[in-house]
Amino acid sequence: MAAQTRPKRPFRWHIGIFLAPAVLVYTAIMILPLAGTLQLSLFRNINQSQVFVGLENFRTLFGNPNWSVGFWNALRNNVWFFIIHMLVQNPIGVLLAALLSSPRLRFSAFYRTAIFVPTILSFVIVGFAWKLILSPLWGVAPHMLDLIGLKSLFTPWLGKEEYALTALSLISVWQFVGIPMMLIYAALLSIPDEVLEAAECDGITGMSQFWKIKLPLILPSIGIISILTFVGNFNAFDLIYTAQGALAGPNYSTDILGTFLYRAFFGFQLQIGDPNMGAAIATMMFLIILGGVCVYLFLVQTRLRRYQF
Amino acid sequence: MSTATRSLPRTIGAHAILLTYTAIALFPVILVIMNSFKSRAGIFGEPLTPPTPKTFDLIGYTTVIGQGDFIHYFQNSLVVTVASLFFVLLFGAMAAFALSEYRFRGNTLMGLYLALGIMIPIRLGTVAILQLMVASGLVNTLTALILVYTAQGLPLAVFILSEFMKQVSDDLKNAGRIDGLSEYTIFFRLVLPLVRPSMATVAVFTMIPIWNDLWFPLILAPSEETKTVTLGAQLFLGQFVTNWNAILAALSLAIMPVLILYVIFSRQLIRGITSGAVK
Repeated sequence: MAAQTRPKRPFRWHIGIFLAPAVLVYTAIMILPLAGTLQLSLFRNINQSQVFVGLENFRTLFGNPNWSVGFWNALRNNVWFFIIHMLVQNPIGVLLAALLSSPRLRFSAFYRTAIFVPTILSFVIVGFAWKLILSPLWGVAPHMLDLIGLKSLFTPWLGKEEYALTALSLISVWQFVGIPMMLIYAALLSIPDEVLEAAECDGITGMSQFWKIKLPLILPSIGIISILTFVGNFNAFDLIYTAQGALAGPNYSTDILGTFLYRAFFGFQLQIGDPNMGAAIATMMFLIILGGVCVYLFLVQTRLRRYQF
Repeated sequence: MSTATRSLPRTIGAHAILLTYTAIALFPVILVIMNSFKSRAGIFGEPLTPPTPKTFDLIGYTTVIGQGDFIHYFQNSLVVTVASLFFVLLFGAMAAFALSEYRFRGNTLMGLYLALGIMIPIRLGTVAILQLMVASGLVNTLTALILVYTAQGLPLAVFILSEFMKQVSDDLKNAGRIDGLSEYTIFFRLVLPLVRPSMATVAVFTMIPIWNDLWFPLILAPSEETKTVTLGAQLFLGQFVTNWNAILAALSLAIMPVLILYVIFSRQLIRGITSGAVK
């Protein structure tokens, strides 16, 4: 290694020059605004000037029913949004990856490419296309249910309070299932053949091979996917905004933290926007995401057993 | 792998499940594109059949092209995406090189600092970013978007690229040093060409969220001049709620460029993901 630290070497300017642009842009546009948002949540605009009010904004957020009802509703919806992703998206992703990784499967490149298509589309396209498909006006969904004799099951899912959030979560699952599929697929491919051959010699094949050998080996990847899903879900906004608008209708039943933040910050209809309350909500989201990441790093990741081949 | 594990029913089952899911994944996309080429009667009468001579109609496309300034939005998206991508790759590679090549005080700390942004979404800083952009007069400029997306893309780029740069042989770099090359020449002439495949991976990962983003264009640059395709399509779709021909045509126009690019680069993308982008 040529680059080992030796005392009394001249200051290496090039290290600074290599690091400077990235660190400057990252600090100025990402870290400082994040810190600024946290700071802003402690202030309030009184008579055109920012006054330090301590945790007053948070007291309003949790104490004033105008805010707290909306916040808890958004948080509850967001948790449900996340649960659906964990229960539907990730198992489907694992199943598809397990099937794709079986040796000598024909057309696997085609399946991989096709199943990943929704992931590359923008939320605007996804939200609107599904809105059209589920719309009772167009009638594609009832028509298709009719083909399998289940037409009676059809209701305008996106327009009903009790179904809208679940329907949107499933649309989001449809869009992002490609990501767990690809990451698990990569993890499965990296399992050495010797391990699987050894398992076969011991008579462990098929399903039991998956449960006993492969699944423990891909657990770290499943952990990473879970935390990525968590961060993505608690930061989601676009799909709800596109499909249901900023009001996250019907009657706020699809409101999640992202849309709640947007309305608090920019205002809507009768309420005027309030940057300080917006900052307070962003701070809560920050704490929730940070909490999730810490739980993952300190509780989950340290307990996952990793195998070196 | 022995043949004992591959029985015929199992293979058929695997294909059945994969085919079903492929159909679910592609159905909405195909449905939208198919119906965008139909007349209004065709869209509502036979939504599930491909356009026939009787139902074929380009009315939707003529409406969209006559109404929205999509060419302009497309240019904006292209400028923003390409410029952000360039800065993410250049700055990211430079920082990754510094972190993986040199040992200096604070190296690990700097790496952790830059990795922070992978887990904490930049969106949470929106309130202060908007204030910053207002203060510097950058609201409603593409520069604002480029700056934000560069900052957003850097953490993951630095993280992935430094993993790959650690694999470039030290002997090669040292040979360069003995020949009197400066550290800059070593980076640009020796190391960068060698990590080109991983740069492509980072490029794809960076590009998709930028192209598809709705949040920052909506907040930082909603003016007519600076609208991106995603924002333009969103507003257009909102205006034409009842004109189904136009909506389906606009959706198809928004899908097709991405789809074509994806089909061309899918091999690269999938190889990138599966070659240890996330280990």
